[in-house]
Amino acid sequence: MMNYIWGGMLIVGIVYGMITGNMQAVTDAVIASSKEAVTLGISMLGIVAFWNGLMEVAQDAGIISGLTRLIAPVMRFLFPRIPQGHRAMDAMSANFVANILGLGWAATPAGLRAMSDLEQLERERGNGEYIEAETASDNVQSHVTKARTASNEMCTFLVMNISSLQLIPVNIIAYRSQYGSANPTAVIMPAIVATFFSTVVAVVYCKMAGRIEDKI
Amino acid sequence: MHVVQISNMLIPALIFYIIAMGLSQKRDIYGCFTKGAKEGMKTVAGIVPTLIGLMIAVGVLRASGFLDFFCKIIGNAIDGFASGFPNELISLFVVKLFSSSAATGLALDIYKEYGTDSFAGLATSLALASTETVFYTMSVYFMAVKVSKTRWTLAGALLATFSGLVASVVLAGMMTGAH
Repeated sequence: MMNYIWGGMLIVGIVYGMITGNMQAVTDAVIASSKEAVTLGISMLGIVAFWNGLMEVAQDAGIISGLTRLIAPVMRFLFPRIPQGHRAMDAMSANFVANILGLGWAATPAGLRAMSDLEQLERERGNGEYIEAETASDNVQSHVTKARTASNEMCTFLVMNISSLQLIPVNIIAYRSQYGSANPTAVIMPAIVATFFSTVVAVVYCKMAGRIEDKI
Repeated sequence: MHVVQISNMLIPALIFYIIAMGLSQKRDIYGCFTKGAKEGMKTVAGIVPTLIGLMIAVGVLRASGFLDFFCKIIGNAIDGFASGFPNELISLFVVKLFSSSAATGLALDIYKEYGTDSFAGLATSLALASTETVFYTMSVYFMAVKVSKTRWTLAGALLATFSGLVASVVLAGMMTGAH
């Protein structure tokens, strides 16, 4: 998708610039923007490196695994039907904690593992779509796999991820500082409030949607 | 301002807590820090090419005059119920659904045009912080397990995103004390 978005932006910009006769400005923009991106990268380097270093210390001191334990009751509330001690729960907790701390690089691998653990859970539950698909790929490649339906847990996990859980928006603070903000960190508290609000809406929605579909 | 003061406290308090925890457990905090910081530098090095690509694309769109044209169209479309609202913000919200990096490009453009501490700049900061890339996240995660029927995920994701955006705009309004 990025190919079309990025390519489209450039093609449209150049064609529009040609029509409006802004070609000189377009040329200048290419040179100025590339310079600007590098300057931004340099100022981000310090802030992001610092944050990552701090998080490494937090991990080593057991703060991150402590957080995972801390959110266990929330996880049980969100996913009541996952069997006690199932791997899917650990992977999802790790993903949520990484998201909360703004560790995008740690969140995505944990999230993908969580999805495959949830897939495994569907197999354990005897969900036909998931078992059939597996045997099909084992036998013949040409066999058409039936479209799989997301489980309740998958939907909830995805909606929670998309509602954004990040507490401290490190990148935004870096951008703000680069663009001359008088107080780059002023947005931390309001960002927590906005994130909290969207997450609460997401939780309520998931609980309702899960229940309504179960009745049907 | 109240909220700002808590924000200012948060990072030093967090650093203090983490360092104190590490020291009290006699961990190699300095070694850990430098190791993590090195990883962080790699992360940034990884996104600089994206930044260059997208900032050029947004720069070209702005210089050609297309960005203003596009924002005006979107602005006209919603003028009925949100007059006086910066058009760039609406464009940002739409783009953010599809691509986080493209949204970042637009956000930096808003910072330049309006300033980071203006209503638009604050709303932009909060919106980027409180939303995720709906379509990107869904396709990556569901593709990983070959799920194509996503049931109520999209509706929930859009609802959560919309809540985050509304909260961002309201909070930015409160922070600037106007609008």
